[in-house]
Amino acid sequence: MEFFKIRKDIPFMRHALIFNAVSLLTFVLAVFFLFSRGLHLSVEFTGGTVMEVSYSQPADLEKLRNKVTSLGFTDVQVQNFGTARDVMIRLPAQKGVSSAQQSDKVMAALKADSADANLRRTNFVGPSVGEELVVDGLKALAFVVIGIMIYLAIRFEWKYAVAAIIANLHDVVIILGFFAFFQWEFSLAVLAAVLAVLGYSVNESVVIFDRIRENFKRFRKMSTEEIIDNAITSTISRTIITHGCTQIMVLSMLLFGGQTLFYFALALTIGILFGIYSSVFVAAAIAMWLGIKREDLIKVAPVAKKPGDPTDENDGAVV
Amino acid sequence: MNRYPVWKYAIILVVLLVSVLFTLPNFFGEAPSVQVSSAKSTIKVDSATQVKIEEALKTAGLTPDGVTFDGKSIKALFKDTDTQLKAKDAIQKSLVPDATAPNYVVALNLVRRSPAWLSALGAAPMYLGLDLRGGVHFMLQVDMAAALTKKTESLTGDIRSALREKNARHGGVSRSGSSIEIRFRDQETLAAAKRVLADQFPELATIDAPEGAEYKLTANIKPEAALKIQDQALKQNIVTLHNRINELGVAEPVIQQQGLDRIVVQLPGVQDTAKAKDILGRTATLELRMVDESAEGQAAETNSGSVPFGSERFLERSGRPVIVKKQVILTGENLTDAQAGIDSQTQGATVNLSLDAKGSRIFADVTKENINKRMAIILFEKGKGEVVTAPVIRSEINGGRVQISGSMNTSEANDTALLLRAGSLAAPMEIIEESSIGPSLGKDNIDKGFNSVTWGFLVIVGFMCVYYMMFGVFSTLSLGLNLLMLVAVLSMLQATLTLPGIAAMALALGMAIDSNVLINERVREELRGGASPQAAISAGFDRAWATILDSNITTLIVGVALLAFGSGAVRGFAVVHSLGILTSMFSAVFFSRGLVNLWYGRKKKLKSVAIGTIWQPEADVATESSNVAVKNK
Repeated sequence: MEFFKIRKDIPFMRHALIFNAVSLLTFVLAVFFLFSRGLHLSVEFTGGTVMEVSYSQPADLEKLRNKVTSLGFTDVQVQNFGTARDVMIRLPAQKGVSSAQQSDKVMAALKADSADANLRRTNFVGPSVGEELVVDGLKALAFVVIGIMIYLAIRFEWKYAVAAIIANLHDVVIILGFFAFFQWEFSLAVLAAVLAVLGYSVNESVVIFDRIRENFKRFRKMSTEEIIDNAITSTISRTIITHGCTQIMVLSMLLFGGQTLFYFALALTIGILFGIYSSVFVAAAIAMWLGIKREDLIKVAPVAKKPGDPTDENDGAVV
Repeated sequence: MNRYPVWKYAIILVVLLVSVLFTLPNFFGEAPSVQVSSAKSTIKVDSATQVKIEEALKTAGLTPDGVTFDGKSIKALFKDTDTQLKAKDAIQKSLVPDATAPNYVVALNLVRRSPAWLSALGAAPMYLGLDLRGGVHFMLQVDMAAALTKKTESLTGDIRSALREKNARHGGVSRSGSSIEIRFRDQETLAAAKRVLADQFPELATIDAPEGAEYKLTANIKPEAALKIQDQALKQNIVTLHNRINELGVAEPVIQQQGLDRIVVQLPGVQDTAKAKDILGRTATLELRMVDESAEGQAAETNSGSVPFGSERFLERSGRPVIVKKQVILTGENLTDAQAGIDSQTQGATVNLSLDAKGSRIFADVTKENINKRMAIILFEKGKGEVVTAPVIRSEINGGRVQISGSMNTSEANDTALLLRAGSLAAPMEIIEESSIGPSLGKDNIDKGFNSVTWGFLVIVGFMCVYYMMFGVFSTLSLGLNLLMLVAVLSMLQATLTLPGIAAMALALGMAIDSNVLINERVREELRGGASPQAAISAGFDRAWATILDSNITTLIVGVALLAFGSGAVRGFAVVHSLGILTSMFSAVFFSRGLVNLWYGRKKKLKSVAIGTIWQPEADVATESSNVAVKNK
């Protein structure tokens, strides 16, 4: 079987402007939603208490909400979770109130109301822990960005590092934009997924850059644009198959992993889809506009790949 | 050219064998058991207890699968949870006749069922995290500032008495924040006091400065001493928590230090968070009171009269009643330390108490007035008091250093000291994170995690086998080995498996296939370029390697970042993620090459390899031309 029977290089770079305009638009929208709606942060970040309660009958949310509010909690969120019988109750952190008693108090009231209320899970996080997690999360992001940039700058050249990081941070912002727009819950697991995506889509850029460097050596007469087109075309098969396989795993998590893994898998799904787009269309285009040249790489390149037949331009090479 | 030397196959074989061995224990599951441990530090669990348990089970008509004694607790294994519950009742009845004063904790537990020979090899299953087995998790923050204040407070008293002993006349010793200020009239006393301090309090750093007509000496706890104090405070809190949690009868509780000032407590299987919190947060209190030595009191003590007004009846550890006055002289707050020791003259075991400044003053007054009378130290736990010891006061005790000696052996002295220490936390703690997961949710989570890995794996495998034929089979096998190795390494490390960990495992498999795709595509490319099958295999593997290394390094950077800055669940994810990348390099490159070599390497005149369609642009220009609409310029 072979899905990719491409005879000639696809002129991706001719349409680079359009691709980047699309990217820019999504990016701006994502930033807009991030600022206008903000992220719906989980209690891990904000501090507070989350309770998951299951009933044997579909629960009346409005009644539950009134019940919890009547206990003196303000800004309470009560929502369904998975099925109509599962309810998630979120209480904000209260200064001065011993956290630990919150969930007991609520649970006692719910039990008094209907005896079949069953506490599935509680999670309480103190406000100071939340702040710490935000700081640690940002540190982790900075570490990943700097680490990858240094690695790419050493392995290739600074222009490639800048291009890859811009393209892939734009993925991250778009994932965040999705979470802001739909007000999906942004938890610690989602943060892990976002960082995993960052590493994963940088892979993609690395594979393409690898091929660009190889092409610079092989096809001395080609323009930069043609070189990039050829690199993308010849790696597209591997890109799609690999991403497809990873996506299968992630979809399987999305379908079978249940509520706990849902947003984690969702972040990965969006990340992988945009990851293909950004590394194929955006990273290479930015690298082109930054003015990558044959001379930039040849002196650095310690690659062990032997050049192929320099005249065979249609060599349908696939990484 | 596609041959592995024997030693490479040997490595593969060894890795395979070790992986299987260490993965095996995870499949045996756990057997329901009843665990008996001591409820009091004075009661020891030993082989006599084991005989008692076996007899109790026999009379109840239950046959355990095995009864084991591991030095601390006895575990009896059963076939199902039904027998387990019956056995618990039987054992409880026999060992704990009085439920209000239990000597033993009888708890339900799960014991690994893996065979003895696997355990002997050191192969044990992974721990399941709380999100997979249910239970409660707490993170407690220890208030270190309070621990230091407490220590400074007690040092202030100690300095005062030390100066008095050496006749250094000071103009006042007081604590101000975390430092101690001492005033002096003249320079000589200042110098004398400095010598005393340097001599007796090496943990203090001093600065002196003239203040008006007086001299002020400011003493601060040295940073390294402060660290030690904080460390001790944390350790003592952990000990105290251990004692308290033992009462809950939780099997395998986790009580760990995290960072400098945090303690993580995990109680698997516990559902009642309210009770757990109550026990963790409880302050067992210690009270010093005088024994009622009046005629009525003594009569009541021998059970021949009623307890006089203003007194209470408590039991000693041995069960002997002691009539104690209700008036409290000192509480555990004034007790700074309790250690077992040896009396230098009698060579008898002693318990040495240290009291803080306020405690010492009161204690001196009380002992002066009550020589040859008895004083009781009562530990209140679960709202019930018990007399730890009731020694006779022999002389006036100054300086806050109290020695209790008498009819006790070293081990009793140790136990008493422990009980006295257990009465108080070294520093107050606060719950800053808490979560509880119901057991049904835990079971659901395991199933869901397992399902997502299985389905994802099957679909990928199906696709790879169809798309890459024989090479797809090789990829499948190496992906399988990757999973096997990952589970084996995690079991070896005795890592705790959580749901994010399972997710990382799934993701690692999804990403690991990238290496196989890279190799397979490279081999196809070589074949397309006209290379002979053997040359194509060799070149394909060699050229893909550089790219595989590159792409795995960027993923590893992420793994390290998450490991360094993540906490809890994210760390679990990061560990599995990073390990998965490392194992994938072995399985996808080294192992799959071995398979290919084994399959194709021996055939000298290899005509073709089964790697799916090798599409040649020239071969089907006529039929495929409509596929390419875009022209290259």
